[in-house]
Amino acid sequence: MRVTVRLFARLRDITGASELARDLAPGATIGTVWRQLAGEFPALADYERSISSAVNADYARMDHVLRDGDEVAFLPPVSGG
Amino acid sequence: MTPLLAIGPDPLELERLAAALDASAGSNAGADGAVVTFLGLVRNHNVGRRVRYLEYEAYAPLALKAFERIGAEIHERWPDVRLALHHRVGRLEIGEASVAIAARSPHRANAYAACRYAIERVKQIAPIWKREFFDGGDMWIEGARADPDDQRARAEAERIACA
Repeated sequence: MRVTVRLFARLRDITGASELARDLAPGATIGTVWRQLAGEFPALADYERSISSAVNADYARMDHVLRDGDEVAFLPPVSGG
Repeated sequence: MTPLLAIGPDPLELERLAAALDASAGSNAGADGAVVTFLGLVRNHNVGRRVRYLEYEAYAPLALKAFERIGAEIHERWPDVRLALHHRVGRLEIGEASVAIAARSPHRANAYAACRYAIERVKQIAPIWKREFFDGGDMWIEGARADPDDQRARAEAERIACA
């Protein structure tokens, strides 16, 4: 299955992309995608404990199981206002 | 018509939030006795740096849901308050408004508390980021880890709002 990954702020700078496509095995979770990306982009490791994640524009936990076509987002600590 | 909750590149105007609240008041309009507003501005200094301008970025669909959640929390805590909340994205110059909030209620105490609560919660859970461009460089500002289910953060926002 294939998911779209959205990256924001400094995560976007680290990966050089605001959007990536990733192919995953069935049963993959948000955490699976994060570990795959962290393997590709070691600088993401700094964010291991501080990111939030979302699926299809709703906050979701790392153990959330993904489905084909999902949009996964990784969010560094926020600074709105 | 101006929506109660919005995120986008257009300049913010408190009048439009007040008008949106007025328009959505329906038959209860005459019962309200207070509107409290907050405007967050881009300032020219931050922890000793001379700030030139800011760039805001957001995950807009989730930001709108976060605003809805903040509205629902306010409805739970202060049932007679109605909220309008607009946040701007893109490049903002010094002195421009990045966030505008209006809280309307029969009595001022709840309107003040809810307005303060709303900005504290925006800073905790809205997926919005500012990049600061200052004399000598630029950097992403990173505040709170966004976790809408963190009850301690929510309690802290409420404590500040009611202080």
